[in-house]
Amino acid sequence: MSSSSSFDLIVIGAGPGGYVCAFRAAQLGLKIALIEKRKELGGTCLNVGCIPSKALLASSEHFAFSQHHAAEHGIKLDGVSIDVATMLKKKQGIVDKMTGGISMLAKARKITVITGEAKFTSANTIAVGDQSLTAKNIVIATGSAPVELPFMKFDGETVVSSDQAIAFTEVPKKLVVVGGGAIGLELGCVWARLGADVTVVEFLPQIAGASDGDVVRSFTRILQKQGLKIEVNAKVTGFAKGVLTAERDGKKLEFPADKVLVAVGRRPYADGLDLAKAGVELTDKKRIKVDAHLKTTAPGVWAIGDVIDGPMLAHKAEEDGAAVAEWIAGKAGHINWDLMPAIIYTDPEIATVGLGEDAAKAKGIKINVGKFNFAANARAHANDGAEGFVKIIADATTDKILGAQILGKNAGELISEIVTHMEYGGSAEDLGRTVHAHPTMSEAVKEAGLAVSKSAIHAL
Amino acid sequence: MSLEVKIPALGESINSGVLATWHVKDGDTVAKDQPLFELETDKITSEGLAEAAGKITLKVEAGAEVKIGEVVATIDEATGEAPAKAEATESAKPAKADASPDTASSEKPAAKKSDAQSPAVRRLAEETGVDPAKVEGTGKDGRVTKGDMLKSTDKSAAKAEPAAPAPASGERQTRKKMSPMRVRIAQRLVQAQHEAAMLTTFNEVDMSAVMNLRKKYQDDFIKKHGTKLGFMSFFTKAVVNALKDVPSINAQIDGDSIIENHYYDIGVAVSTPKGLMVPVIRDCDQLGMAEIEIAIANAAKKARDGKITLDDLTGGVFTITNGGTFGSMLSTPIINPPQSAILGLHNIIDKAVVVDGQIVIRPMMYLAVSYDHRIVDGKEAVTFLVKVKQAIEDPARLAIGI
Repeated sequence: MSSSSSFDLIVIGAGPGGYVCAFRAAQLGLKIALIEKRKELGGTCLNVGCIPSKALLASSEHFAFSQHHAAEHGIKLDGVSIDVATMLKKKQGIVDKMTGGISMLAKARKITVITGEAKFTSANTIAVGDQSLTAKNIVIATGSAPVELPFMKFDGETVVSSDQAIAFTEVPKKLVVVGGGAIGLELGCVWARLGADVTVVEFLPQIAGASDGDVVRSFTRILQKQGLKIEVNAKVTGFAKGVLTAERDGKKLEFPADKVLVAVGRRPYADGLDLAKAGVELTDKKRIKVDAHLKTTAPGVWAIGDVIDGPMLAHKAEEDGAAVAEWIAGKAGHINWDLMPAIIYTDPEIATVGLGEDAAKAKGIKINVGKFNFAANARAHANDGAEGFVKIIADATTDKILGAQILGKNAGELISEIVTHMEYGGSAEDLGRTVHAHPTMSEAVKEAGLAVSKSAIHAL
Repeated sequence: MSLEVKIPALGESINSGVLATWHVKDGDTVAKDQPLFELETDKITSEGLAEAAGKITLKVEAGAEVKIGEVVATIDEATGEAPAKAEATESAKPAKADASPDTASSEKPAAKKSDAQSPAVRRLAEETGVDPAKVEGTGKDGRVTKGDMLKSTDKSAAKAEPAAPAPASGERQTRKKMSPMRVRIAQRLVQAQHEAAMLTTFNEVDMSAVMNLRKKYQDDFIKKHGTKLGFMSFFTKAVVNALKDVPSINAQIDGDSIIENHYYDIGVAVSTPKGLMVPVIRDCDQLGMAEIEIAIANAAKKARDGKITLDDLTGGVFTITNGGTFGSMLSTPIINPPQSAILGLHNIIDKAVVVDGQIVIRPMMYLAVSYDHRIVDGKEAVTFLVKVKQAIEDPARLAIGI
């Protein structure tokens, strides 16, 4: 039995890009259909990405605290152990609460939610199962999927992606993580805290991608102190008989593992959409090709989030989604991919935004850098967060903040304020002259702003 | 519809200038008659106004040399309104996306402006006295940033002290680019010396008669005419008188012809912060003394306020300059081309002179007339100057017409 319905807007994919687009469009009065292949809304982020991993990071951080730091606080614990099933249950509870919340909001906003896999039958018609839907505007928000290494394919058991690594039923004995980016480091840390022997194998000369050299050096040392083994400049060649093989400068390396987490990146996911029927083209990096307004090559079809160019971040997808909803509704949307903070949620966290010190120097931009260590911040000590620092990079002539990098507890929360200053074209001096409550860790941000002009109060 | 913003014609000898500053940014929405740019020529600085409202696209950069008639911007009148509407309909009109996908900018109207001042901006405002409201803001919604303030304090410091002291770092030299006006002044001075066979004849004048007249009638003069009786009106009238007697000085060489002027527009040199300017007082033969004084005062104020126009500076037949205001005793003024002569006044010094066989003290001023010998011969120049001297020493001659 087929039925046909007409909408103002069809959104394919209910991740942060898709559902935000749909919600914003609903606020602007459009009639919307939201298609999602999972039963639950929320996409990768809510179901198998951001949220579950942060839940596990929190649980495992508490465990690590109780093991290593509780005694300093005078807390006497008579042996501490982890019940993985309970931890996973709590994680799932959070995920369910969040996905349920999105469904509730979608219903309250009278959005038609359809479960199934969508495919284009023409530029303005979508088929889902035996339903056919038409709309003046269609937004593709199908996101991304883990990259698979052709010589080490996922088997869901031993060679796994993050989809499985957030759900191991027991702590692996030896976990090898291929890829030293955010996902690999975060999940590596989760299981290392819970007792796994973790080795991170990274192809590039440093882990943590685009962070500045000084951030990465401190970070690497801290992770090593936490028990992780970090192997850089190592190219993985295969996995057989429980041993991961890699190569560095012609030398062969071997890492025995009972679980291998492949976290080398994510690829844009538009599989099965039948894009050709709509006339939607791809770039040579296989992302959906869009113009500056995120319109594809097919009239009336837009694309947002991980499936198009730009950083694969949930907040970037959300910004894309909101902007497109506004443009479709005839309003002024905006996107600014240059001010996207990127965060690695280990402990300490790394948060970066804008131009790093190394990148600015490579571009030949004259900068002044202000750095302030958390070791000089009283609250950081009280919070067991005295590791790391805040770094502000400012233009040497105008003092405009070009970028910031924070290594420390709550770096992800602390960076927000700097992003706000940058949104308004603020200077390092502005940051240094804005009142920050005492005693908070945010004062380190203020002092780093002052440090740009060598006027930090609590450090030389 | 696109409107071209061109450099307007400014005057007969002006072919080009420098577009010194843009008052708007590329992409701004401008209103009709809104000042768009400042154009510097060798004679004056003028403002270019928008002839229609719309969205402006700049075509040249600030500081660029531009020709008369050159298109320096276009105004798109169709998009004068607020945000370009994105399509809600199925017809795909290409949106004006000029940015790469990495930074698609907002389509909000350029008119929305914020006057918010960040802490650094406030600090700089207080320390330098520069008003952020007067500074061009490049931040979000036109906010003034710290960088904008730093740039403007740089500029205002440069403007305030054209003869700036040596920088604190102890450099022995500083290099400053010449303004177009100074370049042109330099060119004309050299040109005058090259083209004319220029020499100077001197005389001295006893100022006591004029000074006595002023002392006697100043109050009544001010009461009747609302302006002071100065020296310039006397000299102007004396010059007009002398020009009538020596018409070859009221003439100029043009190619292989001589042009004789039959009018008396006299240029009175005024010193301004931007350099020497010579506003022309029209038809001095038809103006009374008071009218001449008022005209000179107005022109001087206009010149110092920077409001002088090109028309004000052209068309004179003779120039009177006065080095005496700076204390000059004697000098050889340079002719103001295409004129054929110039009268230089100097400072008045009490001197011991001989009158009727007696040594007396008189307020004396040296007069200098530089002239173009190609068109004015020695006798004419000397006669001219004697006539001026006589009229000053015996102002009754002006009344009678001798």
